[in-house]
Amino acid sequence: MSDPEILSVLRPDGTADPAHDPGLSDPEMLSLYRHMVLLRAFDEKAVALQRSGRIGFFVPSTGQEACSIGAGHAVCEGDWIFPAYRDHGVGLMRGYPLAAMVGQILGNTSDATRGRQMPNHWCDRAIHLVSVSSPVATQLPHAVGAAYAAKLRGERIAVLTTFGDGGTSTGDFHAAMNFTGVFRLPVVFFCENNRYAISVPVEHQTATGTLAEKARAYGLPGVRVDGNDVLAIRKAVGDAMDRARAGEGGTLIEALTYRMGPHSTSDDPTVYRSDEEVSAWREKDPIRRFAAFLKGRAVLADPAAEEASARETVRKAVETAESAPAVPLSSMFEDVYSEIPWHLAEQRDSLLSGKG
Amino acid sequence: MAEVTLIKAINDALATEMTRDPSVCVLGEDVGLDGGVFRATEGLLKRFGPGRVVDTPLNEVGIVGMSIGMAMNGLRPVAEIEFSDFIYPAFDQIVSEMSKMRYRSAGQFTAAVVLRAPSGGGVRGGHYHSQSPEAYYIHTAGLVVVMPSTPADAKGLLSSAIRGEDPVIFLEPKALYRTVKGEVPQGEYLVPLGVGRIVRPGDDLTLIAWGAMVPVAEKAAAAAASEGVGVEIIDPRTLWPLDIEMIESSVRRTGRAVVLHEAPRTCGFGAEISALIQERCFLHLKAPVGRVTGFDTPFPYALEKSYLPDPERTLRAIRASMAF
Repeated sequence: MSDPEILSVLRPDGTADPAHDPGLSDPEMLSLYRHMVLLRAFDEKAVALQRSGRIGFFVPSTGQEACSIGAGHAVCEGDWIFPAYRDHGVGLMRGYPLAAMVGQILGNTSDATRGRQMPNHWCDRAIHLVSVSSPVATQLPHAVGAAYAAKLRGERIAVLTTFGDGGTSTGDFHAAMNFTGVFRLPVVFFCENNRYAISVPVEHQTATGTLAEKARAYGLPGVRVDGNDVLAIRKAVGDAMDRARAGEGGTLIEALTYRMGPHSTSDDPTVYRSDEEVSAWREKDPIRRFAAFLKGRAVLADPAAEEASARETVRKAVETAESAPAVPLSSMFEDVYSEIPWHLAEQRDSLLSGKG
Repeated sequence: MAEVTLIKAINDALATEMTRDPSVCVLGEDVGLDGGVFRATEGLLKRFGPGRVVDTPLNEVGIVGMSIGMAMNGLRPVAEIEFSDFIYPAFDQIVSEMSKMRYRSAGQFTAAVVLRAPSGGGVRGGHYHSQSPEAYYIHTAGLVVVMPSTPADAKGLLSSAIRGEDPVIFLEPKALYRTVKGEVPQGEYLVPLGVGRIVRPGDDLTLIAWGAMVPVAEKAAAAAASEGVGVEIIDPRTLWPLDIEMIESSVRRTGRAVVLHEAPRTCGFGAEISALIQERCFLHLKAPVGRVTGFDTPFPYALEKSYLPDPERTLRAIRASMAF
């Protein structure tokens, strides 16, 4: 560890720091690795689908796989997840099926949410993975409310909410952190500081030296962690979730990472980032770093074969989902209210009869 | 039945529903020890404890956002915002999050929050304590918008809102909190959402009014009666979804309609009602649909009596319709 303030486990020599090693079994670590590889394969495929006009938009997480997968592994059954749009890996790690992710980005009848939102806005009630918002950090106060409900009922669960460095600038962040501190709620705020909110650098989001130190103002502990080190993320988020479940309140975690690709498929990062900067971070690729560690422990034999297998899994999922029919027109008017009121029934009937 | 004020009826509804269902929680600034700025939640803290009657930090985004999460995780939150004018910092949480949670998740998650807020003018509250924001919420897909005008309706509608599966903006006409009294059934009492009330029957003209404008409408109708004009007053009670059948049936019979509200005129709810009547009752109309409203200005403190519609302005609109 070069910086004692930043929690890190995977050393440059390919070994793990025993002081902070979360102590996962070999199969667990292989699972983390495979999910990271699958997440990247999915992201690459989704970007390709957007570039070829088969989907309208995508938000890739390339470079941040350690954050999503490491945090997702720290979530237990019964916990709740209020993710940001770049954190589909948390859901993937928790068992949100790849087929559902593919269906959602296509927005046809293979999408459980019936094509209601643009890509990256998934949810799954079965695993408490809550619907994603486009405005930044609006989900944070919702996490507070879910945690309050659980605490009122005496449930020993934790709530994980994820967001980027830009999210710390919002009023919703302040409200959620403050409420969590005041009510001593089991919420883990996982901030992935990937250096940019679209084009605006983190230095324009805050005048504080770190984002983690903001926790002190709300009476919460603040933790900094190496965001490209999946074991360090697992350790930091796991400890915070354990604290929350034990009734000891919330935590703010700042993970230092880097978005290697664009903010979204609508973004051109070459306008605001140098090739040198991107290359330097590419050297810290979280997947390669973890692969080197696993190879050293003889847990992983052939990274290239793992990557090829993940790409094939994604290809098949896309092939299956693309054959699903379009969502029916009448579905546009459903789920606005618990029952369809007269004005929506009239508008639906008018549209379906060709008079609308 | 006991005769009580509108604010007391709201307190009664909250206490009754909290007794019936342990998942009902009240939250907001001041709602605990102080019982809210208008005392709507008075006594609830003592009865139900600080877990279910929650004095929150002063932050509307937090109050609304937390309510959404509470509802998603099995509670029935009834959030109070001190004045409807103070909701705007939480506008995004209402119009993009609370109202859309069911739709965007295809029914997997819902946010059946009841958001209560004192609304409207007439209490010398000035700009920040007098606005009538109902049109913003009616314009937002997914929200139910309610405004009672009697104590019994206040209790029955609020109870239905708390039991319902949709998010509700429950606007309370603060001018009526302690100026109207009425008999309110004791115990559990429900008034269904989406059903209007005929305040006064009449054959010559339909006058549609809600909240604090209902007593104004009644005075204008009494004056019109002395001139030989029979005014039928309809209080929709639930502003959206509107009881269009009641309005349509009345206007087809009377052939004349005037809408009365205190919110500003342009894009106010009166414009929508006027358009609906025009679309559905055109061949029955003997005169254009009239509107009596607040003006398209910020709410004025010193001139509030002139800003708010009164029986005289309403009577002039009735006469104009009759003379058309």
